[in-house]
Amino acid sequence: MDEILPFVVGILYAASLYLMLQRNFVKLIIGLIMMGHSTNLFLFSVSRLTRGAPALVDGDAEKLTGIFADPVPQALILTAIVIGFGIQAFAIVLIKRNYDVAGTDDMDKLNTTDKINAA
Amino acid sequence: MLLIVLIGYICALLVPVIAKALGRSHGYLIALVPLGVFVYLSTYFNRIVEGEVISRQYNWVPSLDVNFTFQLDGLSLFFGLLISFFGFLIFVYAAAYMKGYKESDKFFMYLLIFMASMLGLVMSSNLIALFIFWELTSFSSYLLIGFSHNAKTSRNAALQAFLVTASGGLALLAGFIILGEVTQTYELVEILSIHERVIDHPYYLAIVILILLGAFTKSAQFPFHFWLPNAMAAPTPVSAYLHSATMVKAGIYLIARFNPTLGGTEIWQFTLMIAGGITMLLGAILAIQHTDLKKILAYTTISALGILVLMLGAGTSLAIQSAMVFLLAHALYKGALFLITGNIDKQTGSRDVLELSGLYKFMPFTGVAAFLACFSMAGVLPFFGFIGKELIYEAALHATVQHIALLVAVIVSGVAFVAIAIEIGYGLFIQNISFSERNYKEAPVAMLVAPVTLAVLGLVFGLFAGVLVQPLLTQVSNVVGNEDLPLELHFWHGFNLVLMLSLLTLLLGTALFFVRKGIRKIPLHLDYLYNHGPTAWYDGLLQLIKRFARLQTSYFQNGYLRNYIAVIVAFFSFMLASVLWQFDLKIFPVANFDIDNVRFYEVIILAFTLVAVFVFFKTRSRLTSIVTMGVVGYAVAIIFIFFGAPDVAITQFLIETLTVVLFVLILHKLPPLRFYPLKSFQNGLYIIISIGFGLLMTSVLLLVTEHPMVSGLKAYFAENTYILGKGKNAVNVILVDFRALDTMGEISVLAIAAIGIVALLKLKLVKGKMK
Repeated sequence: MDEILPFVVGILYAASLYLMLQRNFVKLIIGLIMMGHSTNLFLFSVSRLTRGAPALVDGDAEKLTGIFADPVPQALILTAIVIGFGIQAFAIVLIKRNYDVAGTDDMDKLNTTDKINAA
Repeated sequence: MLLIVLIGYICALLVPVIAKALGRSHGYLIALVPLGVFVYLSTYFNRIVEGEVISRQYNWVPSLDVNFTFQLDGLSLFFGLLISFFGFLIFVYAAAYMKGYKESDKFFMYLLIFMASMLGLVMSSNLIALFIFWELTSFSSYLLIGFSHNAKTSRNAALQAFLVTASGGLALLAGFIILGEVTQTYELVEILSIHERVIDHPYYLAIVILILLGAFTKSAQFPFHFWLPNAMAAPTPVSAYLHSATMVKAGIYLIARFNPTLGGTEIWQFTLMIAGGITMLLGAILAIQHTDLKKILAYTTISALGILVLMLGAGTSLAIQSAMVFLLAHALYKGALFLITGNIDKQTGSRDVLELSGLYKFMPFTGVAAFLACFSMAGVLPFFGFIGKELIYEAALHATVQHIALLVAVIVSGVAFVAIAIEIGYGLFIQNISFSERNYKEAPVAMLVAPVTLAVLGLVFGLFAGVLVQPLLTQVSNVVGNEDLPLELHFWHGFNLVLMLSLLTLLLGTALFFVRKGIRKIPLHLDYLYNHGPTAWYDGLLQLIKRFARLQTSYFQNGYLRNYIAVIVAFFSFMLASVLWQFDLKIFPVANFDIDNVRFYEVIILAFTLVAVFVFFKTRSRLTSIVTMGVVGYAVAIIFIFFGAPDVAITQFLIETLTVVLFVLILHKLPPLRFYPLKSFQNGLYIIISIGFGLLMTSVLLLVTEHPMVSGLKAYFAENTYILGKGKNAVNVILVDFRALDTMGEISVLAIAAIGIVALLKLKLVKGKMK
């Protein structure tokens, strides 16, 4: 499994990046969300896959022993998921708001802020 | 010693307060600061003259060998006294001169900052600290030149001076860093002790070029001289202080300071002599051509700076001594002349030598000061300028190389100086060409103190040179020449060749004065030079930089978000690839692949993920895309479950559900999922970038998993989760106990996002106000 997952991660990365490079606002956001998934899986794989052994201390024991999954990347990923959600929620509402105000979901029409001499 | 430097900065901050309390005459009180510095530095006079060197070190960034190491030797004390004494006179002068200006408190603030930086510059013996003070002088000069910021010429001149001197400063920094790498220290004293190693080093040439670039830009040497005449847009006290007496001498100081370390080689000597020689002649010729008094003085200053560089380049002990004597003489008379120009300008409203004459009748004190300063400038016996000029002629006569050419060159510039001195002293004040009705008043007393003092000192120093000037200047020359030689200053040497040359100079100069009008008419093709010379190079370069900035900004920052993403990712991929390339990477680790290590249900989930991605790309339906996105999220969550991360999985399920719900909620407000086509070339490029990026991330993961896993953190949490954190679930304990503050940060991010969302939803734009 350690050999297959990297390829899946790579495909997810490629797909999400390609989505982010599209002109449609919705696709951009979905690409962003998928890139979050890719990165979480990436982090997860770096710490090696350990099948079915969560980092839980057994009933009476005081320490974790034997084989268990690395808790550190899990904590990182948890944080990443939650913060990612904040961004996603904001972005989704932004799509709506943008459509209300600008009347378009075409990113190419939303580029006036960076134009030199736009003012 | 740190205090002496800091006091200027501290007082600069207090200036606005003092100005508010005292009103218009606050300049006089502030003048006490340079006076205090001068008195303090004078207390060291006796010790320094006896050859003592006083140093103090204040640690700043010791790990980088960057410290405030202050050192007071002959050279530093000489410049320190010059800066503080001139500072005092200029402040008194400016207090009266600046009365008509608005915001004169700012002026004194900048001037104090300048003075403090200049003091720091000449007292630092740590290269980096020296560089910082160096740049601070450029910076304060920028503020002062542009003081009349409503005038476009002022702003342009300020910018030009700053760009030229600051880019020279960057060259200087580069030179210092290379020097530091070669010698493994930034302390000048230590560098001096191993200077042979520097001179033999292959980087020696680079060091010399870079450091001299810094010195030449600051001291207005050809071809960087053009900023100085433009800098005359500054108020006159600034011209007198920065652009004739002190700041432009910083380059000279630097050359003098590094002469023992880097000097003595042919490269050093010839570079200095050529640049100095050209500057000296160019300045002299241009000075004759101009009629604006301030411009004339600016060009003679350039010429004088050229003489100083030339003499330092000649490098004999006599030449170095003559340079230091001339430096003092020049500072005195040129400072006085600038202030006199200020008086004339203020009282008559003109600075054109063709319009002014017979001023002595109206301004007798200014006139006397002008006579004295002009005598010194012309090099008339027994003024101090005479001693300086004599020494220079003598040094040129005894130079080791090219002494005939040297002698002719210094005499030519000497002749020009004489002509200009007569022009100012006689032409402006005595010669009486009747113009229409005039009635000028003498300048106020405060504006007379400084020029008269400076001009009188030019005479006093000349008469009593042996007692007053000789002791310190001996030390100065010894520091610069790195040897112990006596210096004897007398104004009378008997009838010798040098005296004859001096007389010849005076005669030729007088002759030049009478034919000057004819000379001004000779075109000299100056227009051609102005159009194609260094000024034009500067303008061209500035335009080029602007055009380049515009070009690259509109290319990289064209407003298309996807372009930004593509550029960033492509660059990141390139960097990553250039690192990965060095590893022996097995992209297909077939040898390690163990088919037994793969479970059937895991493959199903992965297949689900891939199918979902595939469907996503095919569909045009909004709902289907959101569902497929959800499928990917759930699949990822299931992978977390399989591999021992139930907490992560639960969170992922929850969040994914929320995201899908949110999407569906706003779905009916959105247009159908339109497909906006890209140009096929762009599309192809994006596909390549995406696939390349995916491949790279795969490679990184494979590379990482090839190596054994070593994690001290894992062991630590295994040990302490229960014992220290009192929890059985390691992931939870990390989040709420060991890294609780991080979690708090995370919650804050959510809160901020929530506020943003509420704002986006609630904000009501009034129609018509949208733009």
